[in-house]
Amino acid sequence: MITISEARKTNEMIREENLDVRTITMGINILDCADESTEKFCAKVYDKITKKAEHLVKTGDEIAVEFGVPVVNKRISVTPVAIAAAACKCENYVKIAEALDKAAKEVGVDFIGGFSALVQKGESESDRKLMDSIPEALASTDIVCSSVNLGASRSGIDMDAVRRMGGVVKETAYLTRDKDSLGCAKLVVFCNAVEDNPFMAGAFHGVGERECTINVGVSGPGVVKRALEEVHGADFETLCETVKKTAFKITRVGQLVAREASQRLGVPFGIIDLSLAPTPAVGDSVAEILQEMGLEYAGAPGTTAALAILNDNVKKGGVMASSYVGGLSGAFIPVSEDHGMIESVEAGALTLDKLEAMTCVCSVGLDMIAIPGDTSAETISGIIADEMAIGMVNNKTTAVRIIPVYGKEAGDTVTFGGLLGYAPVMPVNRFSCAAFINRGGRIPAPIHSFKN
Amino acid sequence: MKKAIVTVLGKDQVGIIAKVCMYLADKNANVLEISQTIIKGYFDMLMIIDITKCSCSPGELAGGLKELGENIGLSINFQREEIFESMHRI
Repeated sequence: MITISEARKTNEMIREENLDVRTITMGINILDCADESTEKFCAKVYDKITKKAEHLVKTGDEIAVEFGVPVVNKRISVTPVAIAAAACKCENYVKIAEALDKAAKEVGVDFIGGFSALVQKGESESDRKLMDSIPEALASTDIVCSSVNLGASRSGIDMDAVRRMGGVVKETAYLTRDKDSLGCAKLVVFCNAVEDNPFMAGAFHGVGERECTINVGVSGPGVVKRALEEVHGADFETLCETVKKTAFKITRVGQLVAREASQRLGVPFGIIDLSLAPTPAVGDSVAEILQEMGLEYAGAPGTTAALAILNDNVKKGGVMASSYVGGLSGAFIPVSEDHGMIESVEAGALTLDKLEAMTCVCSVGLDMIAIPGDTSAETISGIIADEMAIGMVNNKTTAVRIIPVYGKEAGDTVTFGGLLGYAPVMPVNRFSCAAFINRGGRIPAPIHSFKN
Repeated sequence: MKKAIVTVLGKDQVGIIAKVCMYLADKNANVLEISQTIIKGYFDMLMIIDITKCSCSPGELAGGLKELGENIGLSINFQREEIFESMHRI
């Protein structure tokens, strides 16, 4: 039987250390909605989503009440629209984004992802239409998220798409300029995108997935920080063991919630994503963990090593705690969503260059970083290309979710609100990469991809 | 046996345990273990209860206890035991 002290420990984690289940994400296959008529396609997608996810929010809330653990977000991901809508005879996919938005609002979820294209080895006609639709789609919807996979370790990087996406990010920033370019917070580009990611903005339901599946993202940076405080100053063995044990406990909660949600909804359980996802709340920060490890601020020398330790041990502890682990699984390092990261930028400790180095060892990449609005499309493409190259060569998922805030300069502050937080606008290297980006074509697959 | 944990936190007053236990008895939930203390005038109690024969669903019991807490100015939380089992037992 469970002891009183164990019950108290769990409740401390929930109440004081912000342990929560960050998201229950239902992945829905919409390939069977294909139709030449965009109107019919939209109607079928709307019907399918509202039917499959009808009880998703209610079920998430019930589980939260019964187990006393917050289930912060309920979300939906769908098959990449560029694939599912390829048969549609239309010029752009904005109407499809609006149908997704409407369906998601009808069932009451927080976000819907999958306005996506996979172009790691080149664009189809449908991929091009989708990418060209992104700025308008994100400006005319509220909770639709978009992602584009631009590279992969097995196939190289499509540099034409990298160039195109630099412009798409700029245009999205412009079209949502009255909301501090918020549209860009709902747009992410990937290298090695995963098909079962429950986190936004990059969630989509991969074509290798089942008809419908439940993926759960756990969180709990505050719990890890508190555990490390208890072994303050101890050696690296103790540090690693503490992170592992804590990640195990956090993940077990996720596994329980995922199993319950799967049973109650009658939808198979997909994966647990063991990510430490921060929020702007004090005590819910990945940067604070790095500080507790002994860094004055995130960004100080040693930060990359500290993050590598954290990321690796979160995985090691979490893997044994769940029957299926997937998604991105590791530590996220968004800037605007993590108050410790924001403080580090404000103190001058953390720069864009250091963040790039950190993405070599974190679970994803450059995330929620506000940059000056006058940054050129080519420079944004250059930042994206660097990040894609890191992912391609290191066989890991990397991503860029960057916000060139219209009308703002380095040193200004921008507020996105809610879990998206606020961010200081960070300066960008001013030297040009235009001639490099404008070459066109694609980067071949790296040598270590030839494993067959 | 289906078990749950009830936590009660708030300013101390007369009859807290009585009121919570009355409510639980009314719903046919059996109290198995109680740990209770007063820290600086604040009442802190944790109960392990058996809800196998409970007359309502766990969700309803959670809602009822929360409401009872609000009526008497305390924070009362209900949680099914599985969350603790998952975390502390392999």
